[in-house]
Amino acid sequence: MELLAQQLITGIATGGIYACMALAVVMIYQAIHHLNFAQGEMAMFSTFIAWQMLAWGVPYWLVIPLTVALSFVGGVAIERLVIRPLGDAPVLSHIVVFIGLFAIINSLAGFIWDFTIKPFPSAFGEGSRFGGLISNHQLGMIAVTMTVLLMLFLFFRYTRVGLAMRAAAENPASARLVGIRVGWMIALGWGMAAAIGAIAGILIAPIVFLEPNMMLSILLYGFAGAVLGGLTSPIGAVFGGFMVGIIENLAGTYIPEIGGELKLPIALFLIVTVLVFKPTGLFGRTVVQRV
Amino acid sequence: MSVNTTTTDARQAAASTTATGPAGAVKAVSLPEPAAASGNAKIMRTAGIALLIMGLTAPFMAGNFLIFQLTMMLIYGIAILGLNILTGINGQFSLGHGAFYAVGAYTAAIMMDQFGVGYLWTLPVAGIICFIVGFLFGLPALRLEGIYLALATFALAVVTPQLFKLSPFEHWTSGVMGIVISKPEAPLGLPLNPDQWLYFLTLAIGLVAYVCARNLVGSRTGRALMAIRDNPIAAGSMGVNTALFKSLAFGVSALYTGVAGALGAIVVQYISPDSFTFTLSVALVVGLVVGGVGWLPGALFGGAFIMFVPNIAEELSKGLSGAVYGAIMILMMYAIPTGLGGLLKAALTALSKRSKTG
Repeated sequence: MELLAQQLITGIATGGIYACMALAVVMIYQAIHHLNFAQGEMAMFSTFIAWQMLAWGVPYWLVIPLTVALSFVGGVAIERLVIRPLGDAPVLSHIVVFIGLFAIINSLAGFIWDFTIKPFPSAFGEGSRFGGLISNHQLGMIAVTMTVLLMLFLFFRYTRVGLAMRAAAENPASARLVGIRVGWMIALGWGMAAAIGAIAGILIAPIVFLEPNMMLSILLYGFAGAVLGGLTSPIGAVFGGFMVGIIENLAGTYIPEIGGELKLPIALFLIVTVLVFKPTGLFGRTVVQRV
Repeated sequence: MSVNTTTTDARQAAASTTATGPAGAVKAVSLPEPAAASGNAKIMRTAGIALLIMGLTAPFMAGNFLIFQLTMMLIYGIAILGLNILTGINGQFSLGHGAFYAVGAYTAAIMMDQFGVGYLWTLPVAGIICFIVGFLFGLPALRLEGIYLALATFALAVVTPQLFKLSPFEHWTSGVMGIVISKPEAPLGLPLNPDQWLYFLTLAIGLVAYVCARNLVGSRTGRALMAIRDNPIAAGSMGVNTALFKSLAFGVSALYTGVAGALGAIVVQYISPDSFTFTLSVALVVGLVVGGVGWLPGALFGGAFIMFVPNIAEELSKGLSGAVYGAIMILMMYAIPTGLGGLLKAALTALSKRSKTG
């Protein structure tokens, strides 16, 4: 029973990270209808920036807002400089550009900070609560992701800019007619996705350790979460991310054949199974096509 | 006929409309005038023969390492050709073709290593096994479209090396250790060194593969595949068995890539799970897009791009080679979003229009 509770909590903690990545993916998908394959690398780069500032002796409480702000600017810049000039090129050209971004960011991080694995300190310190049931870091992860998700919900629900962003994603033509600057809303979406990714990266780095390839599997789980909940539903993506985290941990613990080495294929299995039985995800909208 | 290879998907057609001006220009791309078509065909044929002569003489002038690189270029070309049948002709995305390449490579390596089968026999077996695997993967893929299929296949690409590391298969795959294969000698006492022999073998297989792909695209089956790409509902209502043909496209595509993988294993003489990370799948997609989606000869140029451009990037900057390669990719997409095939098509259209008016 204690093992089950422990695994559930671990699942919820890592699931929160997947939920953040899934949400970042869905935000960009809603804005430009393309999957950002470089999302994980953007988060990784942000995490390296945070690490560098910590190494320079900047206090932790200052590092996080600084990193988030820098990531936001970086996300907007990438949209403005790299994605925008592409216009409505074919889907595959977009995918190649994302691959190019992936390569550039990965190589830059390796060049600046090299490819050795670095430990990343937790913002919440060592130790654990409730008789070892949950570590401080896990508790912090859950608290931070919950706060981020709640703030995003409030932002999209109750602010003018949030409403404008939703309108721009839902119906760009009409949004432009009522005076919303759709282009900047998309750039804002990129910035926010990058900022969410930065938080996810900082939270997961103490667990997976810091290195340029650390986010690849996290991104895959994020994709799995996004697909599980539906690429058209931000709330669904968050739910999907938590589900993926829990399933991953429980399956890894209770199905001995899976163990550690098959954890990643679970993500593949989940993606394919969900898509086969419910192609729009659990909360997704079905797109009706006129013949 | 060039008519078959010049059909584009609606998206590309829309893109080229903006690139070439009035909407009438698109019509000229998909249905060229007979005179212009034969003129273009002549240009293409001359270019093809010139390329073939270059291909036949190259191994006598190049060093062994360059021959090896050229062989790998052809192998990637064959794999991209397979991907082109799936994506360019049938309109299904795959970011996971490295998995089929890996299956082909492992089939060849295990047959040679465990059962002592001659290397030539491993190629058809790898093809058949990959056809079956691809067909089976194509069945669930029937439910997926566009970006969802891209996602599922991307997941397959990331997972592939882990699948080949699994302990139950270790007896055959030797796990992370990988399998070493010995290099075959030229048969019948041909005056060729092993590198040259493998080059010519690959070239011959590549030519056969290309001719087969062309004939497939020109056949009834090819038209069914393109009809599904352009409008699946219309194709279905005209009596095309959409499910069967989509799965078949996956199977045939995997067959090509699997044969390429088997050849790759023989040429490189060593395989391990980490030879087939998702970067391989990604490279194949990059080659496909750079060569031109839907334009079969583009596979050769795509193969050349993914073989040689990373080396060029490495020479430009050792530490930042990945960044240089990524930047080249992005710049290519700005310059020619529809790949070399799209560029060539636009150029030929402009040429034939000028010869008609002037």
